[in-house]
Amino acid sequence: MTDDRITSPTSQIPDPWQDLRQLTRARIGLGRTGNGLKTNDVLDFQASHAQARDAVHTPLNIEILTGSLGDEPYYCVQSRAPDRSTYLRRPDLGRRLDPEAAATLPKGDWDVVFVAGDGLSSFATQQSAISLFRAMQAQLADWTVAPLVIATQARVALGDEIAVMLGARMVVMMIGERPGLSVADSMGVYLTYGPYVGCPDSSRNCLSNIHPHGMTVPAAAAKLSWLMREARHLKLTGVGLKDAAPEVVTLETSVPLLEKDNDQ
Amino acid sequence: MAYGCTLRGEHYTFGDLKTLMAKASPARSGDELAGLAASSDAQRIAARYALADLPLRTFLHETLIPYEADDVTRLIMDTHDAQAFSPVASLTVGGFRDWLLSDEATSEALSSIAAGITPEMAAAVSKIMRNQDLMTVSRKIRVVTKFRNTIGLEGCLATRLQPNHPTDDLKGIAASTLDGLLRGMGDAVIGINPATDSVSNGLALLEMLDHARQRYDIPTQTCVLTHVTNTIEIMNRGGAVDLVLQSIAGTQKANEGFGVSLGILKEAHEAALTLNRGTLGNNVMYFETGQGAALSAEANHGVDQQTVEARAYAVARAYNPLLVNTVVGFIGPEYLYDGKQIIRAALEDHFCAKLLGVPMGCDACYTNHAEADQDDMDNLMVLLGAAGITFLIGVPGADDIMLNYQSLSFHDLLSLRKLLNLKPAPEFAGWLERMGLYDARNDKVLDVPPGQTLLGQMVR
Repeated sequence: MTDDRITSPTSQIPDPWQDLRQLTRARIGLGRTGNGLKTNDVLDFQASHAQARDAVHTPLNIEILTGSLGDEPYYCVQSRAPDRSTYLRRPDLGRRLDPEAAATLPKGDWDVVFVAGDGLSSFATQQSAISLFRAMQAQLADWTVAPLVIATQARVALGDEIAVMLGARMVVMMIGERPGLSVADSMGVYLTYGPYVGCPDSSRNCLSNIHPHGMTVPAAAAKLSWLMREARHLKLTGVGLKDAAPEVVTLETSVPLLEKDNDQ
Repeated sequence: MAYGCTLRGEHYTFGDLKTLMAKASPARSGDELAGLAASSDAQRIAARYALADLPLRTFLHETLIPYEADDVTRLIMDTHDAQAFSPVASLTVGGFRDWLLSDEATSEALSSIAAGITPEMAAAVSKIMRNQDLMTVSRKIRVVTKFRNTIGLEGCLATRLQPNHPTDDLKGIAASTLDGLLRGMGDAVIGINPATDSVSNGLALLEMLDHARQRYDIPTQTCVLTHVTNTIEIMNRGGAVDLVLQSIAGTQKANEGFGVSLGILKEAHEAALTLNRGTLGNNVMYFETGQGAALSAEANHGVDQQTVEARAYAVARAYNPLLVNTVVGFIGPEYLYDGKQIIRAALEDHFCAKLLGVPMGCDACYTNHAEADQDDMDNLMVLLGAAGITFLIGVPGADDIMLNYQSLSFHDLLSLRKLLNLKPAPEFAGWLERMGLYDARNDKVLDVPPGQTLLGQMVR
């Protein structure tokens, strides 16, 4: 962030915390002025927070997203949350399709539907959703894959209703995760077999932390395709599939409130 | 029984006591999400008038959640101390507010009624109190607890040092712990939220913390915030458990959602007492709470989120905790939308807990999708400091890299101590002084580089 700026004279003094900083990304050993933080550290924090907030509040740019799809068909839908402010207060509305949008999804017969949802970080979806979808199309040559659905003001469970409307036996929700100060563009992927409206989170499998400095798109695609083949074979997702996964497939399930976050 | 009030020509009715309580609550997104909030500001104030006229003793014969259906209700009713209640037994909720603020309600008087106050009484009166009222009354209440130091003394503000790491890396955690200790943090507890919630991981983290504590003879306590059943197993295996942590809520069903029961808490409490590791006292429990927990577990029984939260303090006080804190802004904007709601909730939680005799601290915090920022936390910490909060949580640079939310920095807490002339727990202050980290005469934590202290060898 400050690389291209003129360094201030004080930064020339050797920093006794330099070695310790190799051990953790935590903001340790921040200097003091009186009891307060130094100017650069205050601004650095504010810059990270600004990036995280922008990730939450910037609308998904659908034009750019679909531009990279070429001639491929796609659907755009929105949830019952009409705007971001409502979306943040009413997770229940983000889990259901706007009725008019639902009517635009024709019933078909598909092995799987992929949904690119904005979630809590449009930056993440903008960055990784199409490339993951492309990677998965290559991996799933023998599957019938429904046209991509782009969903705004979306929570994870919105994918369930989308799958029901389209007649898909499995849904992959690619969705922006709640941004942190250090990573604002992390995407999560939720796989659900036999989804229905009201489907519990315990019947999903999740890959998280997909971003350039976390899990890469090719790594996510490899794990996801293993999961999808096993899910089709076992006819389930969730805890049962997690238990069957080999070591290399690191899986997460939802964690309880106050232990972590519950933004699904 | 229905309640009603005519306000400026308009008559409002409230079907039952829990509806009255919910409609009287200051606005917050969680009650709106639950469909319990007042539909207009006028209705909210009408509910407050009706609530103010309600005799306090109503709460002793009218339960919000049925006695038969909920063990927290049974705990509240079965442990109510009628004698302690007697000085305020004839008051209405409004009269109770006036009494709490009066000079008659001294620290001693407030302590003596604690066992007679139910969470619902505390929640009810809080709903007709402004923020300054909540602070003024809280400030008068002293709840002192002890393990290896003394928490809650007049003029003191303790801190929890929270050195979390996304992969529980021992050296990374040690580096953050060192940072905090050099800034004078950690007298309430050095407490890690583990990324992996398992017995073996908990044992490894506790061993590291206990080793550091013993090596430097730090008069404080350590804790790995793993599930209570893991901690019981860790104790069975001879692990270095000072405090038993558990997240708790205000209904039986919500506690079941956390995987706990009053019986499990009792078992853990008794097991920790037999370890006898405290040197000054034997308060061995640590609880975390937060508004919205019950609703998110679909276990709120139609009761507003602040009242359900207050019921969690009845659970806490049954086990004589050393520390309790509300994780107030952690839950997200669907429960507390913005800085105003977070600040109000924190002051309510602190007041209700203290009124019940619970040693309440706070994690003054927010997530990136809430309408809040560090300025809101600055406001909140000063308000809580003025209200006599037992302890606050500090993380390096206010940025928790494991849980991905923002709390207070060590710098923030030093600034707060200076601003309000608050000191660390006396035993801990003495230790900081012996380590050359604290100028007690000027009440100043010195800025010492890690290499120039014995503590610097901690991360080797």
